[in-house]
Amino acid sequence: MSSLEERSTPLAWPESYGEEARERVGFFTDTSVCIGCKACEVACKEWNLIPQRELRWTGESYDNTSALGSEAWRHVAFVEQRAPLRLDGDGPERVDGALRWLMSSDVCKHCTHAACLDVCPTGALFRTELGTVVVQEDVCNGCGYCVPACPFGVIDRRELPAADRPGPFAGKPDGRVWKCTLCYDRTKGGHEPACAKACPTDSIQFGPLDELRGRAERRLEKLRSEGWNGARLYGEDGQDGVGGFGAFFLLLDEPEVYGLPPDPVVPTRRLPELYAAAAVAAAALVAGVAGALLGGRR
Amino acid sequence: MSVRDGSVTRPRGEARSYYGRPILKEPVWKPEIPLYLFAGGLAGASSVLGFAARVTGRERLARTSLWVGLAGELASPALLVADLGRPERFLNMLRVFKVTSPMSVGSWVLAGSGAATTAEAACEALGILPRLRLVPAAASAALGGPLATYTAALLADTAVPVWHEARRELPFVFGASAAASAGAAAALLLPPGEAGPARRLAVGGALAGTAAAAVMERRLGFVGEPYRQGAAGRLARAAGAAALAGAALLAGRGGRSRAAAVAGGALVLAGELARRWSVFEAGFQSARDPRYVVEPQRARLSARGATPER
Repeated sequence: MSSLEERSTPLAWPESYGEEARERVGFFTDTSVCIGCKACEVACKEWNLIPQRELRWTGESYDNTSALGSEAWRHVAFVEQRAPLRLDGDGPERVDGALRWLMSSDVCKHCTHAACLDVCPTGALFRTELGTVVVQEDVCNGCGYCVPACPFGVIDRRELPAADRPGPFAGKPDGRVWKCTLCYDRTKGGHEPACAKACPTDSIQFGPLDELRGRAERRLEKLRSEGWNGARLYGEDGQDGVGGFGAFFLLLDEPEVYGLPPDPVVPTRRLPELYAAAAVAAAALVAGVAGALLGGRR
Repeated sequence: MSVRDGSVTRPRGEARSYYGRPILKEPVWKPEIPLYLFAGGLAGASSVLGFAARVTGRERLARTSLWVGLAGELASPALLVADLGRPERFLNMLRVFKVTSPMSVGSWVLAGSGAATTAEAACEALGILPRLRLVPAAASAALGGPLATYTAALLADTAVPVWHEARRELPFVFGASAAASAGAAAALLLPPGEAGPARRLAVGGALAGTAAAAVMERRLGFVGEPYRQGAAGRLARAAGAAALAGAALLAGRGGRSRAAAVAGGALVLAGELARRWSVFEAGFQSARDPRYVVEPQRARLSARGATPER
């Protein structure tokens, strides 16, 4: 195992699985070949039986999904820029002031150190034998803690009515959190996730994570040698704030242009500091009460 | 570092975004949560105050704080269950104990302190077990401090910049706020002659809470902007004004006039509720604006030396 792999291995995985542990899998989303067809969004919704939400027209290029959420586990972003697609080489892409249309299919990052999983108080979120992060929908009680914990704003609570809620709750909102499972039901059986299967240009590639990383390095080298403007990898580094993404990207501009955080950090990295501050404050509260009782005569 | 820079140059001093859309998800929590932040803090600090009063022989103060604490302990789980997306699954909260989840730790703290306070209150109401009841009283006092401050760790353990970046100050804001609430509630309910320690706690807590909130806002800098704007800003200003006015009233006339004690106590309670609510609202405002996410992260990246290859 290389040192990079060691650093990007989730805590307690694969050891906690023993014999059941399998090679960590993920996505490499190469946005340089994304054509914005949204087949990934559709395939995901169909395979995972995601309910339809209200359709809104945003006027934001071809994007009417807007963001990942409980009803969108893949989201294709469309960015229109006045920027050359290439900085050198031949061809019309070099013309300054030409329109560059960037498209990128976003997805849950399946972080090595996943905040949603760390903060989940019920154990509904868990790490699978494949190293992915999945919600157990029969356990989630909708506390909502994972929602603001995710540094990418991926996971969200479903407010659409649930078909299967019992008795007094019939017709009430679903109330549980939902996100990409990396098609756990497919990957378990050795199949690729629905989005990767449907992608017509192989912009979405599924496979063992280290294999994908090698492929991404080679692709980046090729794009750079061809003079593509802004090509970079995002989330492939096992030393970043979340220990590397299980689903990483090749982007053509800075992450924030696609609605992604430029330097995400898992909030639980600060947990010892957080608990220490809370403990000191609790002690200060006790000292304050003691002072109030002893500080006067009455 | 997760980004390898290509050759795109960035416009200086301007955070870029995707159509101005948020990067983070706003919390899904409803008004039950700020009410719980207040009720849980009130309960925790009241348990500490009640036990301290019991061991120093102030029976009326001990009893009053016990009833206040019990009210807080009983209201808290009701508020939390009501806020769940699946209230019928509330028991799943005690399905595991997870140190990495302040909410899991807090659920166990609340369950323990709730049981202890209820047991103590039952002994008190029935007039039984005068010595043995000190055991649950001590347990609920020991859990009182953590109950009052774990909620700060809970909020800070999120990606929301205005909460996460305040991780060192927020527990002190909440702890002081809880102390002020417990003192104010007892000062409001007791005759002035019995309420000296409660008044001192209310005044000290209100001053400390206002000071801690000011330090937090100053240290947050740009990220603390929500405390100066919109609903969070209005609530923060109201919290400071009400808490300080109540503290002044309690300190000045609370020892002589019952009316002043009631008014002062109510003002401090209202101020501390507003303080919790301003922190809650600030989180929504902070999550909504991608600048609070992008700008500090960009600053962090350039402090590490642009975006070098590793």
